[in-house]
Amino acid sequence: MEELIEQLKVQIIEQLNLEDIEPDDIDPEDPLFGNGLGLDSIDALELIVLLEKEYGIKIENPKDGQKIFFSLKSMAEFITENQKN
Amino acid sequence: MVFFQSDNIITSLGFSTSENYTALISGDVGIKPINDPNFYPEPFPASLVNTNKLAEKFAEINRSGSFTRLEKMLILSIQDALIQANIDIKSERTAIILSTTKGNIDLLEPEKQNQFEKERVQLWQLGKVIRNYFNNPNQTIVLSNACISGVLALNIAATLISSSRYDHIVVTGGDIVSGFVVSGFMSFMSLSPKPCKPFDKKRDGLSLGEGAGTIVLSKDPLKAGSIAYIGGGSANDANHISGPSRTGEGSYLAVKKAMKEANVSAEEIDYISAHGTATDYNDEMESLAINRCGLTDVPVNSFKGNWGHTLGAAGLVETAVMLHEMQENTLIKSAGFNELGVSKPLNVITKNQSAELNTCLKMASGFGGSNAALIAKKIK
Amino acid sequence: MQARIKTYCHIKDNKVYLNGQLHFESEGTLSIKDFLKAVYKHLNLKYTKFYKMDEISKLGFLASEVVLEHANNERFDESGIGVVLSNSQSTLVTDKVHQVSINDSANYYPSPSVFVYTLPNIMIGEISIKHKFRGENAFYIFEHFNTEFISDYINSLFTDQKINACLGGWVDQSAENYEAFVYWTEIDGKTENAPEHTEEQIKRLYEIILK
Repeated sequence: MEELIEQLKVQIIEQLNLEDIEPDDIDPEDPLFGNGLGLDSIDALELIVLLEKEYGIKIENPKDGQKIFFSLKSMAEFITENQKN
Repeated sequence: MVFFQSDNIITSLGFSTSENYTALISGDVGIKPINDPNFYPEPFPASLVNTNKLAEKFAEINRSGSFTRLEKMLILSIQDALIQANIDIKSERTAIILSTTKGNIDLLEPEKQNQFEKERVQLWQLGKVIRNYFNNPNQTIVLSNACISGVLALNIAATLISSSRYDHIVVTGGDIVSGFVVSGFMSFMSLSPKPCKPFDKKRDGLSLGEGAGTIVLSKDPLKAGSIAYIGGGSANDANHISGPSRTGEGSYLAVKKAMKEANVSAEEIDYISAHGTATDYNDEMESLAINRCGLTDVPVNSFKGNWGHTLGAAGLVETAVMLHEMQENTLIKSAGFNELGVSKPLNVITKNQSAELNTCLKMASGFGGSNAALIAKKIK
Repeated sequence: MQARIKTYCHIKDNKVYLNGQLHFESEGTLSIKDFLKAVYKHLNLKYTKFYKMDEISKLGFLASEVVLEHANNERFDESGIGVVLSNSQSTLVTDKVHQVSINDSANYYPSPSVFVYTLPNIMIGEISIKHKFRGENAFYIFEHFNTEFISDYINSLFTDQKINACLGGWVDQSAENYEAFVYWTEIDGKTENAPEHTEEQIKRLYEIILK
């Protein structure tokens, strides 16, 4: 899980163009949205693409994203539960 | 004064305004399931112009030269509008404004890259092709302002005519359904799996459509009792590049500006042709804007449930229908609508009906926080 | 009632000019992305949305920032401030990025944050969001900067009292090159010395910075 979270930090910074943010700036338990990262609705859609591209997990309903992308931790848990081996 | 002289509509529902109008009166829906990997890996619904009929119609008028799908639609549309108008397209006093979001974007597809010269994908080149076809002496004014392009192009034409820059302007616009656009809207998860349902409680996204539309604006009316353009406006939400304002601010301001220029009060507006894309946020936003303008009781509809969102053509084809509803004093049922699903009350038209239509409002909103509105009035 | 051009900015060839004078120059020749980032840092803007933009939006956004720093735009009601921009390439550079993402069916991942920038007026949206401008908008495409049309159109908006002030200009990017010329124009009796907002003056100012 730790490793997955670290990997997600790098992927999110890259995919969402968070140039001034370092991996260590993101607390795994902090909310991803509505805080200092300044993420918006397009970023939420971009995270859906990231899940499919990097982890082969498809989200059909964008509203599911709210729970899954609450924090890095919730995202990592969701990936662990849903990833096909 | 600026007058509407003539118009044309090309969509899945027909190749002229009258064909389309008749189909809309019948409640026809041109949005059909499409299963074509060139557009998208999975099936999806969209409203497409009939390819065979397009080729047939175009063969009737074209003497030589090869043209893209969009160019054929635009040329046919302009040709039909010009036949009904009384202007000289070859005059220096006549300009062409082209409204499009993506033009010949399909020419970026690997298998189409060598079909035309490489400039053909440029929007100014599309303007040049159209202008050369009709021997218009002026550089085509190409406007690319997302989904408000059509309404904004009409506003711009009216501004240029009333400042005497030109006497007549052929405002044309179009966009095609392409893999480029379908994949983009899919990535936004904003396409409905069924024909879209503007303002309805069960609406779940928009439907894409393709089409072309043309409206000829002139300082001269075609005949007594013509319809005039009396005001327009545009405004930015200044809020988000893709999400509509949560307060309807830009749309509200655009309508207010149009009403101010037209010098009409809310009580004088007889009908609203809304943008009505059937996304959650757009329709909710429009209901707020309409409410804030004091237009809650005014009959309103959207044609996107019939022929989908035709992007750069939308403002033109929808305004053309509005003009014909005014001529016929008829309100057309809003396709796909059953039960109101926005937070403010709206008077959505649920069946075709007769009504005295003198002063009518067209609204549009789009990506980039853009909003536009225009008002047309019968001159007695 | 003559509108005048109060301030203007050019960005091209790794240089930023304000009112015709060199304002910033990068060390060495950078890619457009790195150069625009250097300009962003130089202007000391704390605006993380900047990094989300595509290059052409960044270009228009930064040119506007330089202009607006000297425009005193707070004096105007935001719903009367227009933004009228133009170029020749629309968003073709970003269009190609989106097209590449869908060309291979085995690697088919269209990105919403790329797609949204495939509309040229998104640049106008970005500028409007930063400064809360809610006036008239239009994005035009011409083969070359059409100073005659842009001056005619903006002057008509002034005459019709649809705007009190306006950002105008040309912001273009191709695979090989980029250039921005953005100006602020307004009707204000106190700026008699500023160039008039006419075709000739726009053309003259645009061409002040040549290779």
